[in-house]
Amino acid sequence: MCGVCGCGEGHIHSHDEPHDHEHAHEHSHDHGHHHHHEHSAEHSHAPGLTQARMVQIEQDILAKNNRYADENRRYFSERGMLALNLVSSPGSGKTTLLTETILRLKDELSIAVIEGDQQTARDADRIRATGVPALQINTGKGCHLDAHRVGHGLESLNLPEHSLLFIENVGNLVCPSAFDLGEAHKVVILSVTEGEDKPIKYPDMFHAADLMILNKTDLLPYLDFDSAQCIQYAKQVNPRIKVLSLSAKTGEGMDNWLTWLRAEMALQRIAYA
Amino acid sequence: MHEMSLCESVLQIIEQQAKAQQFAKVKTVWLEIGALSGVEADAMHFSFEVVMQGSLADQAKLEIIEVPGLAWCMPCGCEVLVQQLYDECPHCGSHQLQIVDGDQMRIKELEVE
Repeated sequence: MCGVCGCGEGHIHSHDEPHDHEHAHEHSHDHGHHHHHEHSAEHSHAPGLTQARMVQIEQDILAKNNRYADENRRYFSERGMLALNLVSSPGSGKTTLLTETILRLKDELSIAVIEGDQQTARDADRIRATGVPALQINTGKGCHLDAHRVGHGLESLNLPEHSLLFIENVGNLVCPSAFDLGEAHKVVILSVTEGEDKPIKYPDMFHAADLMILNKTDLLPYLDFDSAQCIQYAKQVNPRIKVLSLSAKTGEGMDNWLTWLRAEMALQRIAYA
Repeated sequence: MHEMSLCESVLQIIEQQAKAQQFAKVKTVWLEIGALSGVEADAMHFSFEVVMQGSLADQAKLEIIEVPGLAWCMPCGCEVLVQQLYDECPHCGSHQLQIVDGDQMRIKELEVE
């Protein structure tokens, strides 16, 4: 049962037992069917002829997600936490960037990770191996994390004040762009093996992000990737976007990323009136 | 993008409104979808039909009101029409554009009985 919304959904689980997630999905599926039955029953009992009328709604389709995102944002700000939503296509090196970042910062900061993937707990296992708490959220058929699921994740993680929370979203450059999770910033990671035109091919994501990380720069000598062109495309879609180039593997450029993180942490520690 | 989950959110809002505004059947749904919202109208129609099946909006008609993309060009100091997020200002060629309209996805109104 959920303290945020009372939904009783079984989506969040620590994956200690391998069959956990299968069970949770079956449960929510059953629930959906039951729901529909209720409505068709209501419908058949409705009185015969009624007058058609217009109802004004004027509601954002994502209003519900945005309400949960606001709750999460309030949670983060009350605890002086920095939450970052890491988005990218699959295979850009998000998890390696995280493990390398955690190894460098875990002695000075309290860090935790929420991992979103369609299936498996492989990424959370990789994070836990660094010694920080990680929670895996399997989205099943879903293509993105939503603020509701992240809210449940926060309840079960129960992090100390002034923590740094990374939310590693599902590898997908399209859908996660529209879903606010309550994060301070979306950080988009693009590896140089992907092609410099990704920012204009998937403009929504680069428009939504505040920081772009160009990863795997150690491979640049072997590729035709044009970094300057890539950055220009990103600024075309989002003139405010900041860019850092690094290689999580060799450590080149990691210092700038750590400096950015420390500065953002410092900003969260300021108690704004 | 994720038109299926957007339609599920639409259904949730309709179900809430059905209780609040006392209706049992939805005949038409009007959505306002901005050109810069990343929502594909065709995919929305397809998902809508699937998601509404067996609900109080089963067989409901979906009407999409398309809203053009509008941005404020900082160098020019005026509003310009844009089709894509990476468009440049048609007057000065700048990319210093601030989106002011056309990124919405809203349920506008319903025809119910």
